[in-house]
Amino acid sequence: MVEDETMKTEDLIAALAADNDTKSAPMSRTFALDLGLGFLVSSLFFFVFLGLRPTFFSSLDEPRFLFKFLFSLTLAVTGLVLAWRLSRPGVDPGLARRAVFLAPVLVIVASLVEMAVVPSSQWEARMIGHNAVHCLTLIPFMSLAPLAGLFLALRHGAPSDPHRAGAAAALASAGLAAFLYAANCPDDSPFFVAVWYMIATSIVVALGWFAGGRLLRW
Amino acid sequence: MPDFLAQDREWSAAMRAALAGDATAYQRLLTELAPFLRKICLKACARAGLQASDVEDAVQETLLAIHLKRHTWDPEQALTPWLAAIARNKMIDAARRRGRRAETDIADFEDVLAAPADGEAIEREMERQGALRLLDQLSVKQREAIEAVSIRGESLRDAAKTLGVSEGALRVSVHRGLKALAELYRRMNG
Repeated sequence: MVEDETMKTEDLIAALAADNDTKSAPMSRTFALDLGLGFLVSSLFFFVFLGLRPTFFSSLDEPRFLFKFLFSLTLAVTGLVLAWRLSRPGVDPGLARRAVFLAPVLVIVASLVEMAVVPSSQWEARMIGHNAVHCLTLIPFMSLAPLAGLFLALRHGAPSDPHRAGAAAALASAGLAAFLYAANCPDDSPFFVAVWYMIATSIVVALGWFAGGRLLRW
Repeated sequence: MPDFLAQDREWSAAMRAALAGDATAYQRLLTELAPFLRKICLKACARAGLQASDVEDAVQETLLAIHLKRHTWDPEQALTPWLAAIARNKMIDAARRRGRRAETDIADFEDVLAAPADGEAIEREMERQGALRLLDQLSVKQREAIEAVSIRGESLRDAAKTLGVSEGALRVSVHRGLKALAELYRRMNG
């Protein structure tokens, strides 16, 4: 106790050991809770202000309609797995890094099929669709709440690469928002998904990349 | 490298004990980790052109991060890669924050790294320099709480009695103080 006002490394260690009983919530719980709350907020917004499209139930046997949900869910799951793996130091994301290309590959394949079965005179109309502006605003907007939840979870974690972790969280959030939006959107062609859903997702991912760099440092 | 593996098994077991509530095992583990981290930080500081005086800051910052983020370690995995990733992250931040100071005494570092016999003396010196200046930037309550359990080495119960607060309140002050310290480090010279 020669220098009473200063703390050496061994003193710091004593303080850390004294704090050992203060436990933090496990990562899995934080992810589930924060993302769940965020998705709940977006779902409430969806059902209050947008709702299912009138033909929702009669469309449930149409492959094009169902594909939109497959695509969105793939975005959400691959983004979430990558964000989860990037949330902890020293974990190699491995396959999860490449898995994020699954959804874009799916929509490209679906578009090729669409090209084969639909005459080229209809391609442009199907791509432009009815509601591109809605798609470009509502998907990013509805992804904000799940994105906020995932950012909170990532801040509880310790992502070594804040930019990538932010982008992965954004991908997951955009997937969830697209999943909701798909139930309202009247355009079902893979062409529409390939262009507008992908642009909307890219906007969110870019946002996540930049925001991650600022907010996910620790 | 069997030595490395044996060491990691030992550290991982200690960390699991710590997470299960064994504060003594935790303190012993952190004390063992300090020289290991010092070595990593020394090399990284040399590479980034940081000064020798930054090394102990980096060690303390890394220890704080290990503590505050220990729930991100998966007990099924090895501890060392997790430790190294945290140390690396802190070093990258330190280098970015303080800016590259070119023309620093990299030669000194090389001497240190080449001569382990001398290393100990220099480590001691750095530890002396590395006294934690940031403590007086905390609120009075947090600073008193941390000083009691660290510099004076009192138990939580004794410290609570001395300071005239409940043990629970003191525990909260210590935890908040450590979080605040980590935050101060992050902003240091930023």
